[in-house]
Amino acid sequence: MDLNLTTDELKFRDELRAWLKANAPKDWDEFREESMEKRFEYLRRWQRKLFEGGWAGISWPKAYGGRGASLMEQVIFWQEMARADAPPMANVLGLGLIGPTIIAFGTEAQKKRFLPKILSAEEIWCQGFSEPDAGSDLANLRCEGRLDGDHYVVNGQKVWNSYGWAADWCELVVRTDPSVAKHKGITMLLVDMKSKGVEVRPLRQMTGETEFNEIFFHDVRVPVENVVGKVNEGWSAAIGTLMHERGTFGAGLQIIYQRNMNRLIELSHRMQRNGRPAAEDPVVRQKLAQCYAEIEIMRMNQMRAFSRINATGVPGPEGSIQKIFWSELNQRFQQVAQEVLGPYGQLESGDDHAIDKGAWSYGYLRTRGNTIEAGTSEVQRNIIGHFVLGLPKSY
Amino acid sequence: MQFGLSESQQILKDNARKFFANECPITEVRRLMETDTAYDATLWRKMAEQGFTGIIFPEEYGGLGLGVVELALLMEEAGFALLPGPFFSTVAMAGSLIESCGTDEQKKKYLAPICNGEARSTVALLEASASWDPAEAQITETSGKLTGTKLFVPDAAGADSILVVARDGIFVAEARAPGITIQPMSSMDLTRKLYSVQFSNTPAEKLGNASALPQARQIATVALVAEMVGGMQRTLDITVQYAKTRKQFGNPIGMFQAVQHQCADMYLETESSRSAAYYAAWALQEKSSDAASAVSIAKIYSSDACRTVGNRGIQIHGGMGFTWENDLHLYYRRAKASETMFGDASYHRERLARLVIDAGTAVSQSAKSA
Repeated sequence: MDLNLTTDELKFRDELRAWLKANAPKDWDEFREESMEKRFEYLRRWQRKLFEGGWAGISWPKAYGGRGASLMEQVIFWQEMARADAPPMANVLGLGLIGPTIIAFGTEAQKKRFLPKILSAEEIWCQGFSEPDAGSDLANLRCEGRLDGDHYVVNGQKVWNSYGWAADWCELVVRTDPSVAKHKGITMLLVDMKSKGVEVRPLRQMTGETEFNEIFFHDVRVPVENVVGKVNEGWSAAIGTLMHERGTFGAGLQIIYQRNMNRLIELSHRMQRNGRPAAEDPVVRQKLAQCYAEIEIMRMNQMRAFSRINATGVPGPEGSIQKIFWSELNQRFQQVAQEVLGPYGQLESGDDHAIDKGAWSYGYLRTRGNTIEAGTSEVQRNIIGHFVLGLPKSY
Repeated sequence: MQFGLSESQQILKDNARKFFANECPITEVRRLMETDTAYDATLWRKMAEQGFTGIIFPEEYGGLGLGVVELALLMEEAGFALLPGPFFSTVAMAGSLIESCGTDEQKKKYLAPICNGEARSTVALLEASASWDPAEAQITETSGKLTGTKLFVPDAAGADSILVVARDGIFVAEARAPGITIQPMSSMDLTRKLYSVQFSNTPAEKLGNASALPQARQIATVALVAEMVGGMQRTLDITVQYAKTRKQFGNPIGMFQAVQHQCADMYLETESSRSAAYYAAWALQEKSSDAASAVSIAKIYSSDACRTVGNRGIQIHGGMGFTWENDLHLYYRRAKASETMFGDASYHRERLARLVIDAGTAVSQSAKSA
């Protein structure tokens, strides 16, 4: 165990730190009340800038536009992004989930074709996994892929597709053989969202936004060269994606959590409670310290997990603890923020008295989704129970 | 950067696991907890032969010269085995205090016998006020003699020397020196005995450098947290094993999600405590700038986690978990004592608040104003 940076890592960190100092935009918070589309364009430009500077895809192979560095440098990257208070990147799913899946399961041609444009945010990605009748029970999916010459013809519906409205491409799982056990007849396809027959409909969330979508596929033709991995063996590629989603995806959230924590500490010195700053109230102090501790532990858990992945090559089912940890922590944190802000916590974007342009009322509502998206807390606990602890399967 | 054990660290941990499983199985724990001091001379000698008693101390005093991370790994395994007796008080508390605060002469006199297994020692910190703040110590020294009473002193009856945190410094007294009265305090953890120690004009020697007390305390706190992690791991293992074999409604109870999810939470709490413990051990070893907050973070999280892991483990065992015969309550008792020791979660949350909220200028500089 050695958390000191190696000479190479140190060099990497110093270079990145200098680059971020010169290049990280300072005005992200001012975009808080802009439209979702405008905010997305902002992050897309920022990702493009990172890519051009050579800072996107730290651990991805050089041949596909990455930096060819280790996962540990990826960890350092997130730490430095947090330290510089830099905005997150736009192509969240492409970077965190779909790129790693293509790297692990894709063909050489797919890697060359897709990876560089994920990194540059030239092509935005969404995932087509869940369906109305296949949520936690994902393998029950029914969206159909029928072989027709050198194309699959896709028919069906997907739901809860984050970034569907912005996406150029979709990582889609379809049923290609209905005659075998449900995990066996599934194939993963990369689908051009501009294909004829793709229809994206917005889903309005409890926050009022339409981050999510439903996607309908009507006779959408997908060339066979867009199959990821083997036909009818898409389940293992899908699980690969989900392992990343659970295990490594949370690392990028660190930027957001640390920003929020710092900001809340600052606000706690300003907000009054019982005639003194909230930061001097013993109960508030306890709660803030607990959040601070948990955010640090999230980081330590992630560093440990990344070290393990660095040694073994793939994230394992124990990554489910990361998903449970970040999602439940985020909800606890937002509740503490509400307590610190008191009546101000409920004010939404557009109100003259709102603090941070309504970011805290939004945060409180948005984090409610955290324990549902990317696999519910219940499913994560099933995974730990069965795949990590070896308890009998419960379903 | 590598947040995993090195090969030699893994070997040390594996060997310690085997050693304690062989030399101190739970039957032996139960035998020793019924004795006055929970100390066994043969076990102690074997531990000294392994180098355990000198693990973090310099080789010039007969130690192994390893780091705080190695101490944490050893303590984790001691906690897994529920090792009874004065190992924690002698090595993690007293040994590290002598090493931090003693002169070369004092280290030869008090640390070397600890390293070679000849001596046991402990630290007397708390008094009637039960304050963990050394500045609140009332016990005083007058012309080389101590007078006053210390409470909650672990393993005092078997100790050869007792280190005393007093108003005007840290002192070391021979346990058999005149004026010392040691009385057992009947307490929850049967494997780590507590005592009241009364000093009445007891001759004592002042340690060289009291300013190093916080460092020694932090090492002891991290060692304790690591020990708690081991206890949590054992509680988890026992519980998962039980959930796989105990049948109700025709199925192993571990098949039911209400049980399975409790086990998953035990796993999450144990692993997160472990991450925090290892990180804090490393930060202390490297004297990293966030070492003080890392130690509090580890104690905050594991203090709550060791209690909830115990609660869940006993709950899953049902009526069996509530029996004397089941081993879980032994871990549960230790967990409660450890939760309190060196300050519980609330105590460390306030400590962390002082470090990161009050001194929050450095933290909040990076945050933007509205």
